[in-house]
Amino acid sequence: MFEKALKGNNYYWMWLAFLGFFVAVAAVCYLRQYFTGLTLTGMSRDVSWGIYISQFTFLVGVAAGGVMLVLPYYIHNFKAFGRITILGEFLAIASLLMCMMFIMADLGQPLRGLNVLFYPTPNSMLFWDMCVLWGYLILNALCGWVILTAERKQQHPPKWIYFFVYLSIPFAFSIHTVTAMLYCGLPGRHFWLSAIVAPRFLASAFAAGPALIVVMALILKRVANFDAGREAINKMVTIIIYAAIANMFFVGLEFFVGFYSDIPGHKHTLQYLFFGLEHHGHVYNNLVPFMWGFVALFCVGLTLLAYPATRKGNDLWLGLGAASIFFAFWLDKGIGFVLGGFVPTPVDEIVEYYPTANELLITIGVWAAGFFILTILYKIAIGVEHEIEA
Amino acid sequence: MDNKRRDFLKVAGISTLAGLGGTAVIDRIVNAANVAHASSSAGQAGGHATDATAHGGPPTASGNRYGMVVDVRKFRQDPSLGEKAVAACHRVHNVPEFPDKKDEIKWIWMTEFNNAFPEKPNLYLDEAASNNTLPIFCNHCDNPPCVRACPTKATFKNKDGVIIMDYHRCIGCRFCMAACPYGSRSFNWRNPEEFVKNLNKDFPRRTRGVVEKCNFCAERIGIGLQPACVEACGDSKAMVFGNLNDPHSEIRKLLKENHTLQRNPSLGTLPSVFYIV
Repeated sequence: MFEKALKGNNYYWMWLAFLGFFVAVAAVCYLRQYFTGLTLTGMSRDVSWGIYISQFTFLVGVAAGGVMLVLPYYIHNFKAFGRITILGEFLAIASLLMCMMFIMADLGQPLRGLNVLFYPTPNSMLFWDMCVLWGYLILNALCGWVILTAERKQQHPPKWIYFFVYLSIPFAFSIHTVTAMLYCGLPGRHFWLSAIVAPRFLASAFAAGPALIVVMALILKRVANFDAGREAINKMVTIIIYAAIANMFFVGLEFFVGFYSDIPGHKHTLQYLFFGLEHHGHVYNNLVPFMWGFVALFCVGLTLLAYPATRKGNDLWLGLGAASIFFAFWLDKGIGFVLGGFVPTPVDEIVEYYPTANELLITIGVWAAGFFILTILYKIAIGVEHEIEA
Repeated sequence: MDNKRRDFLKVAGISTLAGLGGTAVIDRIVNAANVAHASSSAGQAGGHATDATAHGGPPTASGNRYGMVVDVRKFRQDPSLGEKAVAACHRVHNVPEFPDKKDEIKWIWMTEFNNAFPEKPNLYLDEAASNNTLPIFCNHCDNPPCVRACPTKATFKNKDGVIIMDYHRCIGCRFCMAACPYGSRSFNWRNPEEFVKNLNKDFPRRTRGVVEKCNFCAERIGIGLQPACVEACGDSKAMVFGNLNDPHSEIRKLLKENHTLQRNPSLGTLPSVFYIV
């Protein structure tokens, strides 16, 4: 099946070359970081995780979001998702590979990464995160490939694969739950120490993941002559709307607990993220524009998706709406949640984090590598679809 | 050999194996549970001897549990002590000094009361506390969140209660830094080699990409010396190191006679460092 990825028009190759350029730049930047150390990033002993880990956290959600297609199709027999379930599975693969690249980019001693396997430590949430992420990656690769192969031969998929399909559903929930547990089990980090972190992660994941799939489906309709079908898109938009509202509800609850209880520790990070935090006469607010961008994009996205004229009127508005939700939740989780958690520090100081150019280029390169993989996977999936139709 | 006999032997063999394996597993679980219980009650015995008995836990004083009492009054009387203690520690342990604050590594440092005890805010802080600094460093918690978070057991609790780093196993994920509620850990963002002044050849220099922190001078107390910071304070008794599990130790005497504070005790980490303010 892989040969499908080797045949394409000029636009296909130009797009891959475009992504490949950023991957190459990132590779050089990573080599610099590898030989010099993480001092080339903006991280410090006070903000010890930066944009790598925040991208990782967001992308775990995108990977988990694919289950919003798998679950209705396989559990509720929602036939309209039949054509696009593979898009969700392949998106999960690409996202998880990006996650692993971000983890490797973040490690101080990447060559020792296998120590997590040599000295398995069940009390560390990072150990479990590795287990479920690898598990979900293997499940998606297996299910996606076997089902696509069967489809190509125009046969029913073998019965045994359904065991793994059903297994992948709890795995999708587990990857983001365990990723939330990396944060919400740490004493002394008030913003993260909240039982709603895991549900909130899942809600934003189930909005952001499908939102990206909608955008992809609309692009594929134009460039690859692949129509996901109106019914499938509409159902996905419904899922996105409910999940997005659930996420905002959970954010609102965090605000209520912080500001009504008026406990300083519970408020500080929210103040820092949304209003700026005053400390010894200086106001620290470098993330404020991102957080209001998050709120604004959510409002724009929700309006475009929920208002019938823009949702049904034309694909452009629909695509912009889905993209707004995706970017909104990227700002929320891919920027605010992780970076905000380090403010204030345990010794009540405030250190603001600014990523460096080298760090940003690596980050862009990992995203480019992810979309490179995704393009190839989608090319294969759509090639098979077209072959069947022909 | 007839079939019945073969089957019998098979079943017997398998059940013996299962039995052996099963008991081994159960033994391990029971042992692990005992160890966990012993360590938690040892902690109780150190920090809260009376609590432990009140809760019915036996105060098992077997083995050592090292701790420290910091007498902040002494640091007030002699303001040069703090600098001496910090310098001694950083010299003995080859702690590098970087020009850029972003790369900073520190094992022990002087800070203000409000920074050391942010959970004890007081608008009308007494003059003594508000005008002076005190040393903070790893608390060597009896229930350490960093050890719980580490995915490779590169940081672990020694049998004497000291939290140790294995610089050769650490993968540099910095989960322990996020987990430490005291900000006690630092990371080697760059190669420390050229930033160590006056190399002490008796202690390893770290490599780039690993986490480090105060080790209660495990390398010194192992050969009967006092920790470097304690030694630097001389006879002032500003810092007193000792065995919390020994009811007759000097540190226990100080804890009995003085009201002491631990940093953020409500988190349940059971710090082994106590402050007389």
